[in-house]
Amino acid sequence: MNLQPILVESVCQATAQVFSTMLGVEVARGEITTEDGSQDANDGVVSFIGLAGAWAGTGSLSCSPVLACRVCATMLMCEAASVNEDVLDAVAELTNMIIGSVKTDLETHLGPLGLSIPTVVFGRNFKTKSAGANEWTVARFQWEDETLQVRICLAPSGRSSHVMLHPGGTQTCALEI
Amino acid sequence: MESDVLVVDDSAAIRKILQRVLRQTGMAIRTIHEAGNGEEALDVMNAHKVDLVLTDINMPKMDGLQFLAAVKASAEWRQVPVVMITTEGGETKVSEAVKLGAAGYVRKPFTADQIKEKLVRILAPAVAL
Repeated sequence: MNLQPILVESVCQATAQVFSTMLGVEVARGEITTEDGSQDANDGVVSFIGLAGAWAGTGSLSCSPVLACRVCATMLMCEAASVNEDVLDAVAELTNMIIGSVKTDLETHLGPLGLSIPTVVFGRNFKTKSAGANEWTVARFQWEDETLQVRICLAPSGRSSHVMLHPGGTQTCALEI
Repeated sequence: MESDVLVVDDSAAIRKILQRVLRQTGMAIRTIHEAGNGEEALDVMNAHKVDLVLTDINMPKMDGLQFLAAVKASAEWRQVPVVMITTEGGETKVSEAVKLGAAGYVRKPFTADQIKEKLVRILAPAVAL
């Protein structure tokens, strides 16, 4: 089964719906790529949420401090001049809703999946790595002059008798799926 | 008659949004209490008379389903309507919540109208709207 198109469509729909419903904003769909785990250094806000089940992985959202503050101000209808608790919380909840919606879509194909509590990081020049994640599907969205990245990696976890193998028969390929 | 409402979510952002939405519904609300997980929610219910609960499912310490089970197991609280508001859209969680006695279910992301519609439809006999 080729999960990639389903995943991409689900991420795009979920992101558009969450922004439209919770913020009243239409985000523009940008470039979609597949990348390895070696990410460049980050500046800004990055949130993570874990997915577990017959397939396991991580969903992530990253953006600039400016965009994070804008998300918070629009979502909570309050001032957000700098990245504070409210801003981190708003980004965490945005991640929870977007990846939660993708999880629900994927359950049709992959069976029940669990969702962890999100974690948010804010800083400069930091690197992130998800152990075992080989390939990330990265979808970019534009809100005015700022870019939001939604990243997701998923691979068979080998924890279930319903694990789906890719055509090669091994379980080492994330999203070949 | 004014109602006391309890909003349970580990996200302060969602608690703020739900407070705003509840005020917009036109419900006669006296107080909106907040809790960050099921354990805190039970503490609030022990300290205050609550007429309606809106709760997330996916929370640390005690999740929404465990909290719902505790409410429905209590002779004192079992009549209090509990509405699940969560990203968990899977059939398993929904049917588990229904089986445990949830009064309704709203999926995140939500609009103010969706919350209002749900509350009007399922809670009108129980609380002042």
